[in-house]
Amino acid sequence: MKKLCFYFQVHQPFRLKDYRFFDISCDDDYFDKKLNHEIMRKVADKCYLPMNQLLLEQIQAHNGNFKVSFSISGICIEQFELYAQDVLDSFKRLADTGCVEFIAETYGHSLSALKSPEEFKAQVAKQTAKVKEHFGQTPTTFRNTELIYNNQIGSLVHEMGYKTMITEGADHVMDWRSPNFIYSHCQHPDLKLLLKNYKLSDDIAFRFSERSWESWPLHAETFGQWVNSTAWNQEIINLFMDYETFGEHQWAESGIFDFMRELPNQIINHSQFDFVTPSEAAAQLNPVSDIDIHNTISWADAERDLTAWLGNPIQDDAFDSLYELEGLMKKVDDEKIKDDWVKLQTSDHFYYMCTKFWSDGDVHKYFSHYESPYAAFINYMNVLTDFEERVKKASGYTPEEIKINQGIIENFKKYLPYSVDLN
Amino acid sequence: MEPKPLKVLMFGWEFPPEISGGLGTACYGLVSGLIDSGVDVTFVVPKLYGTEETDKFRLVGASDINVNFSNDHFNKNLEKVKYLQIHSHILPYVSPQEFLERTEFDVESLKIDSTFSTAKFSFGGKYGKNLLSEVSKYAVVAMQIAQDQDFDVIHAHDWLTFPAAIMAKEVSGKKLVVHIHATEFDRSGEAVNQEVYDMERQGCEAADRIICVSRLTRRILMNRYGIDGSKISVVHNAVVPKPAIIYPKKNLVDKKIVTFLGRITFQKGPDYFVEAAKKVLEVMPDAHFVMAGNGDMFLNCLERAAELKISKRFHFPGFLNYFETNNLFGMTDVYVMPSVSEPFGITPLEAMRTGVPVIISKQSGVSEVLNNAIKVDFWDVNALSDTIIGLLKHEEVSKQLAGDGTDEVHEMKWEYAALKVREIYNKTIDRRRSVRV
Repeated sequence: MKKLCFYFQVHQPFRLKDYRFFDISCDDDYFDKKLNHEIMRKVADKCYLPMNQLLLEQIQAHNGNFKVSFSISGICIEQFELYAQDVLDSFKRLADTGCVEFIAETYGHSLSALKSPEEFKAQVAKQTAKVKEHFGQTPTTFRNTELIYNNQIGSLVHEMGYKTMITEGADHVMDWRSPNFIYSHCQHPDLKLLLKNYKLSDDIAFRFSERSWESWPLHAETFGQWVNSTAWNQEIINLFMDYETFGEHQWAESGIFDFMRELPNQIINHSQFDFVTPSEAAAQLNPVSDIDIHNTISWADAERDLTAWLGNPIQDDAFDSLYELEGLMKKVDDEKIKDDWVKLQTSDHFYYMCTKFWSDGDVHKYFSHYESPYAAFINYMNVLTDFEERVKKASGYTPEEIKINQGIIENFKKYLPYSVDLN
Repeated sequence: MEPKPLKVLMFGWEFPPEISGGLGTACYGLVSGLIDSGVDVTFVVPKLYGTEETDKFRLVGASDINVNFSNDHFNKNLEKVKYLQIHSHILPYVSPQEFLERTEFDVESLKIDSTFSTAKFSFGGKYGKNLLSEVSKYAVVAMQIAQDQDFDVIHAHDWLTFPAAIMAKEVSGKKLVVHIHATEFDRSGEAVNQEVYDMERQGCEAADRIICVSRLTRRILMNRYGIDGSKISVVHNAVVPKPAIIYPKKNLVDKKIVTFLGRITFQKGPDYFVEAAKKVLEVMPDAHFVMAGNGDMFLNCLERAAELKISKRFHFPGFLNYFETNNLFGMTDVYVMPSVSEPFGITPLEAMRTGVPVIISKQSGVSEVLNNAIKVDFWDVNALSDTIIGLLKHEEVSKQLAGDGTDEVHEMKWEYAALKVREIYNKTIDRRRSVRV
């Protein structure tokens, strides 16, 4: 039998509050509790609770033949603890079925893999501990933030002992190859890579409710046929998407829940596919080839690269300014500062600063509570200015004195309205 | 016997506290000074907000004036000014009905009585998108005001009021003094709005006397508008001698802060400030820079700061209200005004009043009168950064400059400026004497 693998990304950032210049040094509380609470409750009611219930029913109805996997960011779990204990409980019930795999990622849903192996590892350890605490599993599959991947990140993940990792089947790295096989890291044959079939994934995640789409309305039966009609020798189809697709991006009125309620039946009873979790897939299938991914890929936007988070001057300056503090952070013992440090690394902050205003810009706007990327940037930098001062204080930082060139002072004297003697 | 007080009918566009720029502040100071020197001023604005100090000033809101179209005298005046092609919006109109029939005119702002004999115009005030239409309406109302009021001379501040002032002059036959606080070249660089330019020039040509806020502005009027220099007097602005409110520093308490405050547009030279900041930060990495205000170069400056990798030391608090402005001055160690072109520039004086040392460009009008300020060419980024570093590093020099500056500013009283203006009125009214101020 061929394999069908569902993986859902569950994430909510700690959004920053409106933090003005005049708040610097006067307010070390950066996050918008009200907004974060509201959004969490809204998404819980529209998506997490009904969809978890639906998945639970399907798992029970199909006697363990229906399986799914989740990666839940640490800060999202933290927000469940704060605002949505009911959601946390429903995930626990899913975990108890034994048909749900929880995947490792960075605690803060951060871009730390691109900047600091040390910080990256620390955040993964923190997230996996959180998963273990709530769901009783120690993750064995790894998924980096927004499927961001390159050979180096793969090596890092391999070094941490993971044998399975999931990422994007981006056209520009796949070339003629199909994502419907298992691949391996180009230097580490024992790190298996599961690649997203973005065509079929996006049929659900993006196109499902698009009335101008030729396949609208999409029924589970049709989708099951599409899955079934993949080439005879292909082994696995990976459907990876945001969990918020269900009920949040695609509203209940679009029929998304009905679709998902019927899909397990179509696959299990009417196709040559079995549901698997990522670690099961990796255990059961052998790589057809290794894959060399030199330039960083992700699942975002049409470019499938990093430009949603990094690359424009404001994103880069904000990102670099943040990680300049990493050295000092090692000397900081203050728990609140450490906590803020992780939350300020969340990739969403940089996503809000994206200035790509063509077709993808719409998606960015949908996910941002700022009026513009520049407003997001200014707000973030105000916070970072305050944060830097706290970090410096807590780490015992002393600035080094830079000697001023005498030429500067001589020039200065020329412009004074009266002569002075300066040494 | 006490001489009869001189009566001035003054047209402005804004008056504190509802102001959006330096014009309102300057008008407030000048009118206060004139009142103190015994001049009787009636100050007309498009609209009153009810928050003005009406006990101190005689203010007239154009939107409160009932324009009487049935009055023969008024119609005769309309006839008289018909030939004035100030702006296509204005003339020739002879009745409220005609206003109603003109589609380019926002008739909703017209409140007409049942007999079509009188009407009131409503004004948005400020600088909205119906600005030219408001300027025209203002001119129509000005005719009624000029007819109703008793005055000796008309004084108009900047182009928005020039059509009104010209109408008032036509109706009353009184002399006109126009006051140039900024020209279209100061506001728009070389991309001048032709309609605005034309109104400025017609105002200057119709005027019997012109007051400029600096010699720099006088030169612009002569070179760019072809105005005869002998007709132009320079009266520098001053500051209201109210005690400065100095707020204690609350943000970045132990850091040095360098401030730019103003519209973030080409004329204000914000880009030079960004480049200078980079150079300062190379030797003083813990200094902070604040660029307060809005404008069409805001994003350029923001992105440039990011490219230079100095965003964490370069802050954009946006447009600040009165309280926040004082707050910012309170924490500022050096104030910089690197204007490319600045007819006067009142904010350095406000900074100095709060004990902040200032660096201003030689290309600003205010540099003509200030002694205790550092003056650099706006384009000389090295001079700018070196003087910022010097002031930040040498506190004793900085303190002395700031202290002397505060004293100097306290001597720049509107009272003195008003005396000059009063002299100009007297000489303008009295033809037998030649004017030389």
